[in-house]
Amino acid sequence: MDAIQGLPTRDAYGKAIVALGEKNRNVYVVDCDIGKSCKTGEFMQSFPQQYVNVGIAEQNGCGLAAGLATCGKIPFVTTYAVFGSMRMLEQIRQEVCYPNLNVKIACSHGGFTPANDGASHQGIEDLGVLRTIPNMTVIAPADYHSAYALVKAAGADHYGPVYLRFTRDAVPFIYSEDDTFEIGKAKVLSNGSDITIISNGDILSRCVAAKDRLVESGISVRLLDMHTIKPIDKEAVLDSIATTKGIITVEDHNIINGLGSAVSEIVAEVGGCRVSRIGIQDQFGESAPYERLLEKNFITVENIVETAIRMLK
Amino acid sequence: MIQNQKKDAVVQKLEAQAKELRKTILTMIHEAKSGHPGGSLSAADIMAVLYFEELQIRPQDPHWEERDRFVLSKGHVCPVLYSCLALRGYFPMDVVKTLRKEGSMLQGHPDMKRCPGVDISTGSLGQGLSTAVGMALAGKRDDRKYRVFCLVGDGESQEGQIWEAVQTAVKYQLDNLVIIVDNNGLQNDNTCEVVMPLGDLAVKFEAFGCAVQRIDGHSIPEIRAAFGFAREHRGGKPHCIVAKTVKGKGVSFMEHVVAWHGTPPNDEQYGAAIQEIEGGV
Repeated sequence: MDAIQGLPTRDAYGKAIVALGEKNRNVYVVDCDIGKSCKTGEFMQSFPQQYVNVGIAEQNGCGLAAGLATCGKIPFVTTYAVFGSMRMLEQIRQEVCYPNLNVKIACSHGGFTPANDGASHQGIEDLGVLRTIPNMTVIAPADYHSAYALVKAAGADHYGPVYLRFTRDAVPFIYSEDDTFEIGKAKVLSNGSDITIISNGDILSRCVAAKDRLVESGISVRLLDMHTIKPIDKEAVLDSIATTKGIITVEDHNIINGLGSAVSEIVAEVGGCRVSRIGIQDQFGESAPYERLLEKNFITVENIVETAIRMLK
Repeated sequence: MIQNQKKDAVVQKLEAQAKELRKTILTMIHEAKSGHPGGSLSAADIMAVLYFEELQIRPQDPHWEERDRFVLSKGHVCPVLYSCLALRGYFPMDVVKTLRKEGSMLQGHPDMKRCPGVDISTGSLGQGLSTAVGMALAGKRDDRKYRVFCLVGDGESQEGQIWEAVQTAVKYQLDNLVIIVDNNGLQNDNTCEVVMPLGDLAVKFEAFGCAVQRIDGHSIPEIRAAFGFAREHRGGKPHCIVAKTVKGKGVSFMEHVVAWHGTPPNDEQYGAAIQEIEGGV
């Protein structure tokens, strides 16, 4: 039995970006002085000619990346989710998304995961903020292997702006390195006929645990990893409406405008089932253990299970 | 002697181009009934020297990889850029009358995806210079000969991002970057002095580590000399040309008047302005 139960998704980013940089010398990393935390060190060492550090100046980093992209580079602007989604938001809109340039915004410390850093560093609005900008693709991988694969897909196969959310702490492996991922295509972890659970990021592993408990008590669960929140996999949501009696969304993100909202937008238009959303209760976090922050917002295995049972009554 | 006469002929030609730019600027803004004449006119002489002499570009091949890049960081004065592009043949002259109209390649602020010759979309102040730094850095890393020119407004340099970009250009020794500051002293609400005093911009850029030149931004010989210096002297520092200009230059009733920042001329004013430009200043 392997002692390591999992790895942080930011580590996957650090490895994947090296693989990308090796294959394509136009792949750049633009750091904003937190490369150490965002795991770009190996890239910096291996490809100094493809590496830029703008210091603590995220807005400039994003604009510089746009300029690089007009010259055929594929820059990954790297910082924390809270800065990558908001400090440089207007630069992303004006200089990356409006001209639809091939710039990737790669952010660690998404959601509540920088737990002890407190609310200032917890990027709980990032996915919602970015999914409202035209041309932007928004991805939140759930484990090391999917993060690795999706970074490579974003850098090698996908032209255009992509926001990638990674997190700080080790998360359990859900996939193996042989699993394949397609941007915009949900991963179906299990099929079932009673209830659908849709999640992404660090919270997905809790949904796996919740699903196991529900299955033990005789409830058939369809579980989706909606790693790409935009463009959302509409087909997967429609299939969920058709095959199960309700949908529960679970996310480490503000309850407004994140995964739950994106799923609800589809359900509201076609009808056919109810949606229960589990997420951050439109409130800031604080310095506290990650588990406690989740508990305070009812993002727990217990609540997922209870919600499912309640919805099926 | 012959050389002097030749030089004079070049200067005269560029001055004539600047006049054409001014007329085109006013024509398009008048037709659109909106736009920014003041800052377009203050930059006209600088842009004339850039587009009719300095820039290595191919209007028939706008995406030529070795071309010099131009970034209009003060994107709202795009009428002067569009005039340059039209007069250089990037698109037919009659397109200028579509400024700010539905479906036009000439958006209210420059759009690289619609307008040939626009190297980057701009419009939100403070951001263009960062993109120019990215282009210059790519050129350095790829060992390309092209240079990058970026026109920045003085009011625009109230944005902190301008200084973030400058410090990055200095760090990476981007001597293939030429920043031109259109120092006309006025902005949307009032003079820069009243809205937010800038101090001496040349001193500021120098303190950040740029190779700075101060020029009269309406003197074609001084503009040419400054570009010549930036071309010949690399030295590991980004260049900054602080060009003292007059907002609304060339149309006496627009000069030094804050209100002409973003107001189109009416028919009568347009007629008077064209007459004055054609008649010589």
